[in-house]
Amino acid sequence: MYRYDPIDQAMLADRAAEFREQCARRLAGDLTEDQFKPLRLMNGLYLQLHAYMLRVAIPYGTLDSDQLRALARVARTYDRGYGHFTTRTNIQFHWIKLRDAPDILDDLAKVGLHAIQTSGNCIRNITADPHAGATADEVDDPRIWVEAMRQWSTFHPEFAFLPRKFKIAVTAAAKDRAAIKIYDVGLRLHRDDAGELSFEVHVGGGLGRTPYIGPVIRERLPARHLLSYLQAILRVFNRHGRRDNIFKARIKILVAALGVEEFSRQVEEEWAKTDKAQVDLPDVELARIRAAFAPNGFETLPPVSKAFAAARLSDPAFARFARHNVMAHKVPGYALVNIALKTPGETPGDASAEQMEVVADLADRYSFGEARVTYEQNLLLPHVKLDDVPAVHAELAAAGLASANIGLISDIIACPGLDYCALANARAIPIAQDIARKFADPEVAEKVGELKIKISGCINACGHHHVGHIGILGVDKKGEEFYQLTLGGSGEDNASLGQILGPALPADGVTRAIDQMVEVYLKERTGEERFLDTFRRTGLTPFKEAVYAEAH
Amino acid sequence: MPKLIKWRAGAAAIVEDPFTSVADDQEIPPGDVIISLRRFHDEGARLLGGGRAVGVRIEPNEAVEDLAYDLPMLAVVALAFPKFRDGRAFSAARVLRERLGFTGEVRAVGDVLLEQAPYLIRCGFDAVETEDPSTVARWTAAARRYRHVYQRAADGREPAFVERQREPALVERVGI
Repeated sequence: MYRYDPIDQAMLADRAAEFREQCARRLAGDLTEDQFKPLRLMNGLYLQLHAYMLRVAIPYGTLDSDQLRALARVARTYDRGYGHFTTRTNIQFHWIKLRDAPDILDDLAKVGLHAIQTSGNCIRNITADPHAGATADEVDDPRIWVEAMRQWSTFHPEFAFLPRKFKIAVTAAAKDRAAIKIYDVGLRLHRDDAGELSFEVHVGGGLGRTPYIGPVIRERLPARHLLSYLQAILRVFNRHGRRDNIFKARIKILVAALGVEEFSRQVEEEWAKTDKAQVDLPDVELARIRAAFAPNGFETLPPVSKAFAAARLSDPAFARFARHNVMAHKVPGYALVNIALKTPGETPGDASAEQMEVVADLADRYSFGEARVTYEQNLLLPHVKLDDVPAVHAELAAAGLASANIGLISDIIACPGLDYCALANARAIPIAQDIARKFADPEVAEKVGELKIKISGCINACGHHHVGHIGILGVDKKGEEFYQLTLGGSGEDNASLGQILGPALPADGVTRAIDQMVEVYLKERTGEERFLDTFRRTGLTPFKEAVYAEAH
Repeated sequence: MPKLIKWRAGAAAIVEDPFTSVADDQEIPPGDVIISLRRFHDEGARLLGGGRAVGVRIEPNEAVEDLAYDLPMLAVVALAFPKFRDGRAFSAARVLRERLGFTGEVRAVGDVLLEQAPYLIRCGFDAVETEDPSTVARWTAAARRYRHVYQRAADGREPAFVERQREPALVERVGI
C-alpha cells in the first residue's frame, strides 16, 4: 500500500503545527469560539453534545498495522478506550479535550494519518471498494486513482470553500461495494470497447433531506483525465451551486435543477477550456502510485485448503463464519476475512483499543500488515491464506470480534445519533442494539438471510436509512423520539430509495415492527429471494398490514 | 487612507490603498477608483479616457468572463467575499489569471480570514483589503505555512509530482 513520502509527511507536519498555534490562541482567549469554529472544523474537530469529537480520515479505508495501533493509542490515551468507525470509513473519537487535540494530530501524523478535510465544505475523505486489490472482479486497483485524488484534493486552493461538502467514492469492480450512486461524485472504473481504462461518472447522488440516486453524466472518461474532469465538475459546482440555503447547497440540487443534460453540458464546456496537461497527473507519477499498490508476496497455493475444509466440518461456529464473513480472493488459496463490528448488543462500528490492536497483530501475521474499513462500519483483513483462517477466527473470537453476521439482519449501520450528535433528533444506537439482540441467535439470522438495516438519528442520513432494505429514521415528535420506517432501499447495485411504510413508531415499537416484517418476508418469499427481492415483488402492502394491523 | 495587504515576492507588506472604492449611489471622486461591474459597463470608457487607473469590483454572482475584453485596461479586479465561506471568488481568480491572462492586481475584498491566505495566493490574489495593519507578519506566516503543494494553480508553484521527478531521493521512502 501507499506510504507517505517526505513531501506527504511535510504536509501533515505543517498542518499539525498550524493547528497547534490556533488551539493555543483559542485556549489563551485570543480567539473566540466563533472565530475558532471554522479553524477547528478544518481539522475535523467538532463540538458535540458532551465533548469535542475528532474525525480522523482513513483514505480509501486502508490502514496498515502501525496506523491501527496509533488509533488504538489515541483511543486509550485521549478518549475512553474506543473509537467509532463511520459509513465514510473514517474513525471518530467522541470524548476529546481541546488541549489534547494538537498532540493527537502530531501522534497521528507520525504514521501518516490526519484529520484534514474531514469536515467543512471541501472535498472530503475519498472512499473505495474495500475489496480493492483483493477481488477478481475489478479492472484495476481503485486505490491508485483515489490516492491520486487524495493528493490533488488536499488543500486544493480553489475548492476549500464550496457551497457544501463534497464526497467522492470509487469502485473498479462489477459489483458496487462502495455505494457510489449515493455520492456527490461516484466513479466506476471499467474498460471501454477499445480496452482503455475509463470512468463512468455519476454526479449528484446523495441522501439527507432530498435523496437522489446519482445519474451518469459521462459514460466513458479516459482514466488519465480524471483530475481535469473533476476540476471542471467542481468549478461548475463552486460557481453555480446554491449558497442561500444550506439544505439546497449540495451538488445534487444543482444537477436536479439544471437537469442532467444541461449540467453535463456545462461541465463539458468548462472541461474543453481546461488546459488538461496542467491538471492531470503525468504518467510517471501515476506509475509511482501504482507501484505502491502492486500485489506483493503472494505465495502459489492450491485453491483448496485442507485445514480450512476440516475446520468447517468440525466447528459449526467456524462454518458459519466461513459462510458469511469469508470471501473469495483473486489469488488461489487466499481469502478476504470480514470482521463485523456488530456483536449483538454492542454499538455498531465501535472498536476498543484492545480490539484494534488484535486486528493490527492479525494483519501483521496473516494479511501483509494491512486492514480495511468498510462503509458498512466493519473491518476486513484483505489477504489471509485459507490455511490461516481458522487461527484468525479463533483469535477474533477471543477478542469478541467473530460475529458471523456480515450482511445479515444484525449487521446494522447506525449513526452515533442523539447519544453523541448535536444534530440528531433521536437515538440510533439503542435501536440498533435492541434489533440485533432480538436476532442474536445466529441460526435465526441465517434463516432470514441478507437484510440490511440502516438507522439515522436525523434527516441528514449519516446512517444511510434511505438505502436500507429496511431504513429507520429518527424523528422528533413534540419532544419524543419516534422512528419512521422505509422499505426497499438499496445503496449498491440496482440502487433505489426506500418507500415510507407508514406513520412513525415509538422507540419501543421498532423492533416489534422489524420482527413482524421479517415474519411477512419468511411467509411470502419464494425460492432464493432475499428480503429486498420479496419486497420488490410484493410491494408495501403485506408489510404495512402486518405492522399497522392493530391500528385498523 | 485605507490600508491594503500586498504580496510581493512571497511576503506580505502593508501599503496605502491608492484606490477609492465607490458605491453605485456615490459620485465618482477624482483619482483612481474601483467601481461595480454595472457602473463599469456604463461609465468605464469615459473614466479610462480620463487618464486614471480603474478597477472593477466583481460580486460572486457575476462572471469575470464579462470583463474578458476590458482586462488589459484595468489596474485592479476586486473580487468580493460577502462571507468568508463564499468561495466563488477562488474560481473567479483562477479564471482571471490562468484563462484570461490578467496581470494586474487581483484583490480580495470583504470577509476574508487570515487562514485563507495560502488559498488566496495560490488562486492568484495578490492583495487583501484589511482593517488591521498589525497582522502583516501573520499574513506572511500564513502564506508560507505549507512547504509543498499537491496541485498546479495560478501561483506557478511546483506541485509535489514535479518535485518528486526532480528529486528522486524524495520518493525513496515510498514502500510497497
